[in-house]
Amino acid sequence: MREIKVALVGTPNVGKSTIYNALTHNHEHTGNWSGKTVGVSKGECEYLDTLYHFYDLPGTYSLISKSREEVVATDFIVFAEFDVAVVVCDATSLNKGIGLVLQTKEICKNVVVCINLIDEAEKKGIHINYSLLEERLGCKVALVSAKNKKGLDELLMAIKTSKEQAYLDVDYGVLNETIRDITKTIQTSKYNPKWIALKILENNAYYIQQFKELGIIQKEYEVSLDYDVHLEVVLHMSKRVKDILKDVVTYDNVHYNDKMRKIDKILTSKIWGIPIMLLLLFLCFYLTIVGANYPSDLLFSFFSSLEKYIMMGLEAIHLPNILVDLLVNGVYKTLYWVVSVMLPPMLIFFPIFSFLEDLGVLPRIAFNMDHTFSKCKACGKQALTMCMGIGCNAVGVTGARIIDSKRERLIAILTNVFMPCNGKFPSLIAIITCFFVGFHHTWGSLLCALILTGFILLGIILTFLVSFVLSKTILKGEPSSFTIELPPYRMPKILDTIFYSIKNRAIFVLGRAVKVAIPAGVLIWVIANVYIHGLPILNYLINALNPVGFLLGLDGVILLALLLGFPANEIVIPILLMCYLNSSTLIDMDNLNILKDILVSNGWTIKTAICFILLFMYRFPCSTTLLTIHKETGSKFYTLLSVLIPLSMGIILCLLVNYIFL
Amino acid sequence: MKLNQINLDDVVTILSVDKDASIKRRLFDLGFIPGEEVKCVLMSPAHNPVAYEINGSVIALRGVDAHHIEVAYERN
Repeated sequence: MREIKVALVGTPNVGKSTIYNALTHNHEHTGNWSGKTVGVSKGECEYLDTLYHFYDLPGTYSLISKSREEVVATDFIVFAEFDVAVVVCDATSLNKGIGLVLQTKEICKNVVVCINLIDEAEKKGIHINYSLLEERLGCKVALVSAKNKKGLDELLMAIKTSKEQAYLDVDYGVLNETIRDITKTIQTSKYNPKWIALKILENNAYYIQQFKELGIIQKEYEVSLDYDVHLEVVLHMSKRVKDILKDVVTYDNVHYNDKMRKIDKILTSKIWGIPIMLLLLFLCFYLTIVGANYPSDLLFSFFSSLEKYIMMGLEAIHLPNILVDLLVNGVYKTLYWVVSVMLPPMLIFFPIFSFLEDLGVLPRIAFNMDHTFSKCKACGKQALTMCMGIGCNAVGVTGARIIDSKRERLIAILTNVFMPCNGKFPSLIAIITCFFVGFHHTWGSLLCALILTGFILLGIILTFLVSFVLSKTILKGEPSSFTIELPPYRMPKILDTIFYSIKNRAIFVLGRAVKVAIPAGVLIWVIANVYIHGLPILNYLINALNPVGFLLGLDGVILLALLLGFPANEIVIPILLMCYLNSSTLIDMDNLNILKDILVSNGWTIKTAICFILLFMYRFPCSTTLLTIHKETGSKFYTLLSVLIPLSMGIILCLLVNYIFL
Repeated sequence: MKLNQINLDDVVTILSVDKDASIKRRLFDLGFIPGEEVKCVLMSPAHNPVAYEINGSVIALRGVDAHHIEVAYERN
């Protein structure tokens, strides 16, 4: 079977990942904002006796710049082994895409142009003369509407039949002579000498070094021109793009963006901008709370009804009693607790969130909030990482890669935990319902969502505060630049959004939670069931923690639960109940009334509830997030800081509540 | 005149981009190239950043960054 290696190149927001997903069924998550793909992902697809290997490169506006995504993409195109480069363009703004096509054609000999979003262009009255474009570019042009899975077969055929082309020869005007002189001194059949000459002319230290190591550049060049080389390159390139697109693109109606602008003006207006964002947040919570309640109970009773059968099964194969107890009451119980508490809210929250993301709302949030971030000497894109953090802090930390400046990226990583993740919601909701809302309130869910939004607001304020303090101390510096593209609103395919957000996000997060719940289950079982001098280890721990607990308006049990909840936030309340009831296993909390009774009989008041929520929200990132932070920062110091900052904030807030306000 | 000084819905042409601006390359990538037409389309609640339409896409810039771009109203 013939095998073809294909590199997928494209500017951000052109639906490159959607094409990749549609072809390879790999289904990495796509979002309607730039910088979603930061590494190179790989996937395969088979079509008509040909095996295609696809490499999805990060979205890049050009191959000339130096930002992280651009270097990853350019490096791949220059040095990696592949057969065909497919440049994905957006039919609604062909200008940008064709610029990238030309830059790719300067580096690589076999290029196929894929024009995506042709349906959307048609709707907007943009007409493109494709055969003329194909003729002028000298390479195959495939028309695709990835969202509707149109034109993908044609794209695969175009890749298969594409022939090698000559490198693109751009007229660089005043630079031509110098380029020619340098080109003469470069001997290579593998790379385009002219492109290498350009890099020498631009004084690009990185590529000069790379080609020196390959033995292709063999001497030092002393080039000093009176021109701004980069400007000349850009100007001539853009002139070439204009020449190519002349008469290729025609518009029916130039005002096709008017309707979108109207929506944008409301979403970003002085009066409504911020309230609408908060309203969206509130709606997300409200729907999650209302929708998750019932399925959660259902899952719970289902799993707990299986318990006795599993126990019988294990006994039937003659496992020692102690092991059966460990497996069922330790591992299985913790496991199903985590699953039934976490799964339903995630199944609701993630699709809603993905929908907003695909629609294109997130960049508008960054746009609205950037001013405050710049006052804190941070980057507006931090707002995007915060949104991701509400889904899962580990995802938010990884997402901070979209921030170019290292200093601002670190700020975003260190403050991400101030956005409580999905795993904390069910417990927060339970405590809020018990102590602030009551059970028979007509507007119960609404009030609960409102209070939850209030706590998130507190998290946002803390994020700003901590970002500001960090910028003045450990991460001193001025804000770097902030540029963000506000893509057109694109109505996502609802069913696809639901399906993929569940498949990619919910199942992923759940899988991780399950992985940590198992060892946590073992640990909890051990401390509750191993006795020293007639008392379980648990009691010693609680007694040791009691003094600190009382100081914070809590008690030793709560502190222990918060500490043991390190691997998964979902198991904090179950541990709490287990300790209060002197039980040796986690306790089923099928009724919030009972939960409240237990808590109140152990001395909980509204003040305890507030302190618990504060310390629960701001203590330290969960184990997965912590590992991610270590991986992303590569530093023990910042990892430690990511624990100390929220922990100290949580403690300070508890002390404040305990001693000043109440 | 600098790009950050224009009003909402104004259309201007870019004359030059500050040679020494650290953000120059990024601005070029986004299409802020001398000779191109820019329209101011959207203000954020604090009126900073501001979004501009260029080459069919909408790009938001902070005032300090837009200040690197010299523009003029079209003459014809």
